[in-house]
Amino acid sequence: MLKWLKSPATETQVSHGQRLWLYALAIVIMTLLVIPTLIVIPMSFSDSQYLEFPPEVWSTRWYDNYFGSHEWMQATRTSFQAAFLTMLVATPTGVLAAYGLHASSIRFVRAAFVLMITPMMVPLVLVAIGAFYTYVQLGILYTVTGLVMAHTVLALPLVVIVTGAALKSFDMAQEEAARSLGAPRWKAFLTVTLPQIRFAVVTSALLSFLTSFDEVVVAMFISGGDNPTLTRNMFNSLRDQIDPTIASISTIMILVTTGMMVLAQIFGQKKTPK
Amino acid sequence: MAAVETSRMNEAGLRKDGALERLKLFGLASPAMLIILVVLAIPVGWLFYVSFVGADGQFSLENYARMLDSKAYYRIFITTFQVSILTTLLCILIGYPLAYFMAQLPPKLANLCMITVLLPFWTSLLVRTYAWLVLLQKRGLVNEWAISAGLWDEPIKIVHNMNGTLIGMVHIMLPFLILPVYGSMKAIDRDFMKAASNLGATPKRAFWTVFFPLTTPGLFAGALMVFILCLGFYVTPAVLGGGKVIMVSMKIVSNIELFVNWGAASALGVVLLVMTFAILWVASRFLKLESITAGGH
Repeated sequence: MLKWLKSPATETQVSHGQRLWLYALAIVIMTLLVIPTLIVIPMSFSDSQYLEFPPEVWSTRWYDNYFGSHEWMQATRTSFQAAFLTMLVATPTGVLAAYGLHASSIRFVRAAFVLMITPMMVPLVLVAIGAFYTYVQLGILYTVTGLVMAHTVLALPLVVIVTGAALKSFDMAQEEAARSLGAPRWKAFLTVTLPQIRFAVVTSALLSFLTSFDEVVVAMFISGGDNPTLTRNMFNSLRDQIDPTIASISTIMILVTTGMMVLAQIFGQKKTPK
Repeated sequence: MAAVETSRMNEAGLRKDGALERLKLFGLASPAMLIILVVLAIPVGWLFYVSFVGADGQFSLENYARMLDSKAYYRIFITTFQVSILTTLLCILIGYPLAYFMAQLPPKLANLCMITVLLPFWTSLLVRTYAWLVLLQKRGLVNEWAISAGLWDEPIKIVHNMNGTLIGMVHIMLPFLILPVYGSMKAIDRDFMKAASNLGATPKRAFWTVFFPLTTPGLFAGALMVFILCLGFYVTPAVLGGGKVIMVSMKIVSNIELFVNWGAASALGVVLLVMTFAILWVASRFLKLESITAGGH
């Protein structure tokens, strides 16, 4: 231990002992990053209205509350539906766009790329009220279709950036080789290019799902009626009081997110069998 | 002669084919562009138009004039900048050391620590905001622990004010700062530090004159991202601010939900959008310059 403290930690020969403050600070920061989210999980099993930690009496009453509520179940269904459909729409359109912009070299490519990533820069509130007004005109306010359209727009920049980055490191000469051997362009893309960028495509799909599933501000405006999202209902009940039922829903949402992360890891590992 | 003619014709044909091909490829992006146009570009354009229409339906600048006259609007803009600047500074102060720590760990350990950054990054921001609300409330864990540790005597108000908002915002924004900073740190050739040390620089001097300047592009990009996101943020200040921290985006929402005043909301939105893009535009020129100089060394 003493030897470790005196051994150099950096290229400039600062020893571990001299850097203990940095290690302590880093551990405190990492704890503060993770704990606030994770602590909700045991708290959601508390019997108390005030969500004790550690719970004095354990119970699943907040889960019963959640699963027994028609409103919450309906909202959960809408959220999953919208997230799944957003994933199905945003991934192919985004991948197609990323591929088209990557392969084409006309002079509008740069402008088109900027247009593609603007949804990331525009404040969400503006997207929300703009979509709200448009949807009233189009008569698709409070529909899943409208929700999926708006969430697709929010997910597209991520898909285009992630897939675009993968295409940059892909050697297009491989696709040209396939085409010179007689494969049509679409077939060359599907059999040569796509398998090699599939990790990026899977990541894009998961990101699209989560973008929609976690989105609050836009959903607040354009979801409602028979199709409110989970986040919209959660936000509304947060504004009034601290409803412990939210803790149980939060736990479920954390599990969904973690599941997605694990999925991404599994697909990522398959890509590099070495 | 005839052969030359044919080859010239072929050449023209090939060029035309090539142009058509490029156009077709570009067309693959059209579904994505179309949906962005319908859901985002046209509506925002419409908001821009509405912001210039007065209560009487005529062209007017009253929506913008109101912003200049009213003390309330002035305060909202001050609050927005205050929250954004403080959050960005706190993120730098907290995020930079953590990125520095992780960048020097062996890969396996670094990946493990990275999970602590990525887990909150992927978790719903509403869930994280809720978690802070639960922890910081009067009967929450933080108060309970602080009292039992003797830090203060009775529950104090940590949430539903500026402090609570900042705590939540910093927690949500940190990954946006840490990830680019970590990336730029990992890209540094560590032999530079050895060389600096060899040439007689103290560790402190080597850090500030060699290491730190090389991380500025990442730091700048991260800080910019945090600042821009803060400017338009809604959920966290709305929940943790308890009505005491009113930011531009919240005023936009209340203008529509409570007062159904599209003109006022649109004008605020236009100002917010112009501010965001102006900062991005200025920064993008600066950032490019930065990354060029960093890459050149």
